[in-house]
Amino acid sequence: MTARARLFRAPMTIASLVLVCLFGILAVVAPILWGEEALTARPTELLQGPSAEHLLGTDNLGRDLLLRTLVATRLSLGLAVLATLLAAVAGVLVGGLPAVLGGRVQRTFGAVINTWLAFPVLLLAMLVAILLGAGTTTAVLALVLTMTPSFARLAQTLASRVGGSEYLAAARMLGVSRRRQFTRYVLPNIAEPVIVNVTISIGGGLLALSSLSFLGVGVQPPDYDWGRLLKDGFAQVYNSPTAVIGPAVAVVLAGVAFGALGESLAGHLRGQDHGHTGGRRGPAPGPGPGSGPDGGQPSTPDTLLEVDGLSVAFPGEHGWVRPVRDVSLTIRAGEIVGVAGESGSGKSVTMMAIAQLSAPGAEVAARTLRFGDEDLTLLRGRALRGALTGVGVVFQDSLTALNPAMRVGAQLAEVPRTQRGVARRQANRDAVAALDAVAIPDPARRAGQFPHELSGGMRQRALIAMSQIGRPSLIIADEPTTALDVTVARRVMRLLRRECDRTGAAVLVSSHDIAVLGELCQRVLVMYAGRVVEDVPVDALRDPARLAHPYTRALVAALPDLDSDRDAPLATIPGEPPDPADPAPGCGFAARCALATDRCRAEVPELTGHRHGGRVACWHPQDREVVRS
Amino acid sequence: MNPWVSFLLRRTTRVVVAMLVIVTIAFGVLRLAGGDPVRAALGPTAPASVVDERRAQLGLDDPVLEQYVNYLGDLLHGDLGTSLVTGRSVSDLVGNRLMPTLELAGLAFVVALVFAVLIGLCVAVFTQGHRRRGLELAFTGVSGFLAAIPEYLLGVLLVIGFAITVAVFPVAGQGGPDSYVLPVIALAVSATAGLSRIARIEALNTLRDDYVRTARAKRIPPWRVYLRHALPNMLTGTLTIGGTLLATMITSSVLVEQVFNWPGMGTAFVQAIVTKDYGIVQGLALVYAAIVLVVNLLVDLVLALLDRRTTLLETG
Repeated sequence: MTARARLFRAPMTIASLVLVCLFGILAVVAPILWGEEALTARPTELLQGPSAEHLLGTDNLGRDLLLRTLVATRLSLGLAVLATLLAAVAGVLVGGLPAVLGGRVQRTFGAVINTWLAFPVLLLAMLVAILLGAGTTTAVLALVLTMTPSFARLAQTLASRVGGSEYLAAARMLGVSRRRQFTRYVLPNIAEPVIVNVTISIGGGLLALSSLSFLGVGVQPPDYDWGRLLKDGFAQVYNSPTAVIGPAVAVVLAGVAFGALGESLAGHLRGQDHGHTGGRRGPAPGPGPGSGPDGGQPSTPDTLLEVDGLSVAFPGEHGWVRPVRDVSLTIRAGEIVGVAGESGSGKSVTMMAIAQLSAPGAEVAARTLRFGDEDLTLLRGRALRGALTGVGVVFQDSLTALNPAMRVGAQLAEVPRTQRGVARRQANRDAVAALDAVAIPDPARRAGQFPHELSGGMRQRALIAMSQIGRPSLIIADEPTTALDVTVARRVMRLLRRECDRTGAAVLVSSHDIAVLGELCQRVLVMYAGRVVEDVPVDALRDPARLAHPYTRALVAALPDLDSDRDAPLATIPGEPPDPADPAPGCGFAARCALATDRCRAEVPELTGHRHGGRVACWHPQDREVVRS
Repeated sequence: MNPWVSFLLRRTTRVVVAMLVIVTIAFGVLRLAGGDPVRAALGPTAPASVVDERRAQLGLDDPVLEQYVNYLGDLLHGDLGTSLVTGRSVSDLVGNRLMPTLELAGLAFVVALVFAVLIGLCVAVFTQGHRRRGLELAFTGVSGFLAAIPEYLLGVLLVIGFAITVAVFPVAGQGGPDSYVLPVIALAVSATAGLSRIARIEALNTLRDDYVRTARAKRIPPWRVYLRHALPNMLTGTLTIGGTLLATMITSSVLVEQVFNWPGMGTAFVQAIVTKDYGIVQGLALVYAAIVLVVNLLVDLVLALLDRRTTLLETG
């Protein structure tokens, strides 16, 4: 309900909706109120200009043009709406249905649509006019026939995306009926653009109908729509140029109104789909009080990355959503650090914020964000980009992370070409060498291929090669193996480690699989509800009893392949992580923690040193002595 | 078989089949029309002997199948039919009037496409992540307004404004480069406005894609992120709509040709309808359809080049 309420608060929606309603009311009321008078001929007042009595003047029979324009609303609008709706229904059926009927039908329908599209509205109108004679039915029929294939093609393009998608394939395999496939999977995915198109098309239909009437093919006297009024007005344009004002303004205004309404509907639906409309915006939240620069780990001479008080906020439906709060971490040169946590814990957002790759619209704040010798919070534009060439990024889903319209080699070669001004030929050789280094067989041929021609494992390795080719001193790898099966994932992780050993680059790698991180890393940061709750050396991970935070313990205890204490009260983690849009005060884990006290629910614990050599943010840190059995 | 060869083959076959369907419809409509088209074209006062002579000349008294076969044969020889009124060849007419129409519509289409894509991308870049709501509102308002002005109306306004009131451009006709300015503007403005909205939506979707972030991660200049990575990927959706726009544009060129008295096929078309010369209407309809089919084929080829993944493998 709030979403709907917000839609109707947007100024453009209100304005266009008011206009559309006004036209709707006019369409109903005007012929009743002024229908008779608009037909009244006044032989003494032919072709007059605007006057107090006739605001828009009179036509060649002395009829009032303002009233005629108002009365013409019904026919103009009614015909446009009728034609558009008929066309939309026909178009969606012709274009969307074949997606569930399989390839052959789809091709046949594609051919039909293409043939159909070859008929411009005027051409169709002429052919229909030869059969039926010029008139209203001809114009509407021609319009339906012309608009249908546009809707069909749109629906087809959209539906073929759906039709080729995995979930439809899955639905087909599970024996979901075709009718249900269409209504459940195809329609919802194509509805939004089609609805937007309908609204916009009504405006377009108005214009097309007015064109037809203007040419004399559409509405015939004694009926009149705006196009007919324009035709009659143009005939007298030298005697009475003001005669076109009324219908011209009406046509344009109606077109604008429907177009604007379509656009705001589209914007609304988009916002809903992506979960944020950016409605109200308070001031962007700052880094928060936190521990201050001295509270985190002291920076040592070989510190490569130093982050303190990092917070990220996105505009959400009810103000700011803060998926990351007050995160502090340091990475030494050559160190491999893992970030563990369930989805929604903020690990990806944290890593992207460090790499300066947050989504547009995100507000990133930090007390300290230092990489090498550069303070990233002070740099902008070219200087920031220059400093960040030292950070390579490996993304989660290699299929979407690679540009589908660009050869793999070119995507790699782009890095040395733009970063170091390497000549194209040399850059291409560098790209092939980089692919070779990550053990991609026949790298020269693969470099000339497009991402979809490579296997998933190969693409992920190509991404690693891409992150390496700029010779970075820090690799940020955001769940690099989530999209891969177990064997391939292990191989990719081993490759990542080998490459970093070879180049001496440090790594910040995230995974929801704490066991994988345990094999790869020297240190693991555990994140929960947007904060780092424990910073634990990897040897402590292998011995659950040495872990300090109840959440880390629960994570490790949930692993089937580690020897865990099955009788521990936290073997499973009941409850849900808190909503980043509506956080409770205190420790984020308090609601799910068996050890939580009032203090936990009131105050956020700071990261402090722990006997396992790392840090923990907990009011009741666990260690060997306190374990209950 | 090479996927490109089979792709080309399929698409070309489709165009040929489509053309055959259109030819058949064009042939059928004239024969299905009530009454005697020759009598209608020559008027009630024409002597019966003239009408009969013209009917025989056109072969309208032959069996329908024979007429159809002859018609197809004539078309293959480049004979588009005969004017019912004057008896002159439609092919000659098209020869004289094709280029002005193609120049006008083609120029306007290119202008609309280039401006729409660039404007759409620019606005999307500046308004992504729900920033600069003012710009977004202004863009929506201005483009919505411009898209709602019919081409013929804009044409007349341009003539009044820039050819009569301020005599900067010629009022009508085809001449030097300056004679193209007003008709092309009249034809391109609303298409540009409409398509730039589609382009902006496509661009916004594209800018949210992961590979754009990957491109940013390479620390390449922003213009390169937008032009090299986002632009080709937003073109697929934009051109799908843009391709259908061409049909609209050809329709509109008929109206704009009327306004500017452009010596193209459109003026001849409207003239033929007024004089009920269905021979010319039929021939010109075929030419218009053929142009759109060929352009659609070209659009599909460009789309396939830009988005190999979906086009080649899925839709076929």
